[in-house]
Amino acid sequence: MKSIYLDYASSTPVDPRVMAFAAPYLSEVYGNPSSLHSGGLKAKQAVEDARAKVAALINAEDDSTLLFTSGATEANNLAIRGVALRNASQGKAVAATAIEHMSVLNPMKDLQKQGFTFTKVPVDSTGLVEIDHLSESVTKNTVVTSVMSANNEIGTIQPIREISRVVHEKALYLHVDATASAGRIPIDVQKEGIDLLTLSSNDLYGPKGAGALYVKPGVKLQSIVFGGGQEKGLRSGTENVFAIAGMGEAARLAEKEMTAESTRLIRIRDALIAALLTIEDSFLTGHRTKRLPHHVSVRFSHIEGESILLNMDMYGIQVSTGSACSSKTLEPSHVLLAIGLKHEEAHGSMVVTLGRSTTMEDVPVVRKAAGETVERLRKLSPLH
Amino acid sequence: MVDVGYSKKVMEHFMNPRNVGVIEHPDGYGKVGNPVCGDVMEIFIKVKDDVITDIKFRTFGCGSAIATSSMVTELAKGKHVDEAMKLTRGDVASELDGLPPQKMHCSNLAADALHEAIKDYKAKKQKKK
Repeated sequence: MKSIYLDYASSTPVDPRVMAFAAPYLSEVYGNPSSLHSGGLKAKQAVEDARAKVAALINAEDDSTLLFTSGATEANNLAIRGVALRNASQGKAVAATAIEHMSVLNPMKDLQKQGFTFTKVPVDSTGLVEIDHLSESVTKNTVVTSVMSANNEIGTIQPIREISRVVHEKALYLHVDATASAGRIPIDVQKEGIDLLTLSSNDLYGPKGAGALYVKPGVKLQSIVFGGGQEKGLRSGTENVFAIAGMGEAARLAEKEMTAESTRLIRIRDALIAALLTIEDSFLTGHRTKRLPHHVSVRFSHIEGESILLNMDMYGIQVSTGSACSSKTLEPSHVLLAIGLKHEEAHGSMVVTLGRSTTMEDVPVVRKAAGETVERLRKLSPLH
Repeated sequence: MVDVGYSKKVMEHFMNPRNVGVIEHPDGYGKVGNPVCGDVMEIFIKVKDDVITDIKFRTFGCGSAIATSSMVTELAKGKHVDEAMKLTRGDVASELDGLPPQKMHCSNLAADALHEAIKDYKAKKQKKK
């Protein structure tokens, strides 16, 4: 049985070209980038080359605006905690959309314990931020407002430029989590008016263990990890040179191939959405058109998502779900609840994210497996 | 070493669940859970001389919810109702070679659904007397 991996929003494989590029940084180039000898300088050069490549992907003003971290979770924590704590004298309020990743929502919840006000901005039934609510939710005290560029569970792409305008009318900084969207849709931090932006390596066909935070020149933040003062003192700890070098090369390839790959994937995406929606009582989640090129998310009535995932796996097809039973908390996806789904509706979700190995030939295979899966589980279900 | 995911036995019962379906005019019927929480189980039993002669289930829920339902029907079939009443979630889970800790409530529900069906049977029997 051919295995079909369709969970690219959770993790991408390392592109073989990235692997070939970065492998020497696990073996031949092993110096510490902080060392001043030639071995150290080689490693340092690899980190700086990667910085330039990542900066180019998002059209940053300058390479030095990028800080490398251990991943998107740390970058989000640094953006939120680092900005909130550093700028607390200007106001003690933070805001985020209700569909942000837990690595945004949980640092904000934690800040509440330190006296910050945390406002959640609602989204509409397609996952788009409600601009009027956003405008009402932020005040001059809101030091950081976090809005993801696109959502990992429903694929909806936010109008960041407009959001930036609204946020900056009253509040201080806009943080954008671009983990799901970087390398898939164009991002221009300058044109879109972004103050801080999170990137992840393993969502870009780079190795796990690297992420980056873009910090616009002039934005003030403080470190949340203290130590030897690497990354301009904002992220201490020896750089993960292999993962960072890989992330840089992954960013360069993503930028170069984005247009062609997006065009290719949008065709497959739309064919798969159309095919899946021929299944009885199936519904698209997220926005129909303002949607990531590789993102398909649907829900099926009267069945449960973890069962869907396990059953699809038996066909060799790896997908994801926002069901409660698949989560550590046993709560259904906060994203699906935020777009107005009832609990019992949110349980039946299936998230299918495409990538470089996906072809149009996969569409009928996935449709057939999904149809049989839904039919089998509905036969078992007392709700059907 | 910590095992990840479900045991082979859980997956086997999930993929090939035993005793799926509905019994028309059952001697006992039990339903537990709530679609909001993501688990609903119903169990139908046929009883003769206090022995469970036939049993069927339907379940909305995750992999372990389906597997534990299947297992509890296998364990109960052919048993005296008083013996079946003693089946616990621990019995169900251990017969499946264990469940991940956060899934233990599913095995609880399967045993509860069986107990509800038996209680229903006993109540009906009482009425007839």
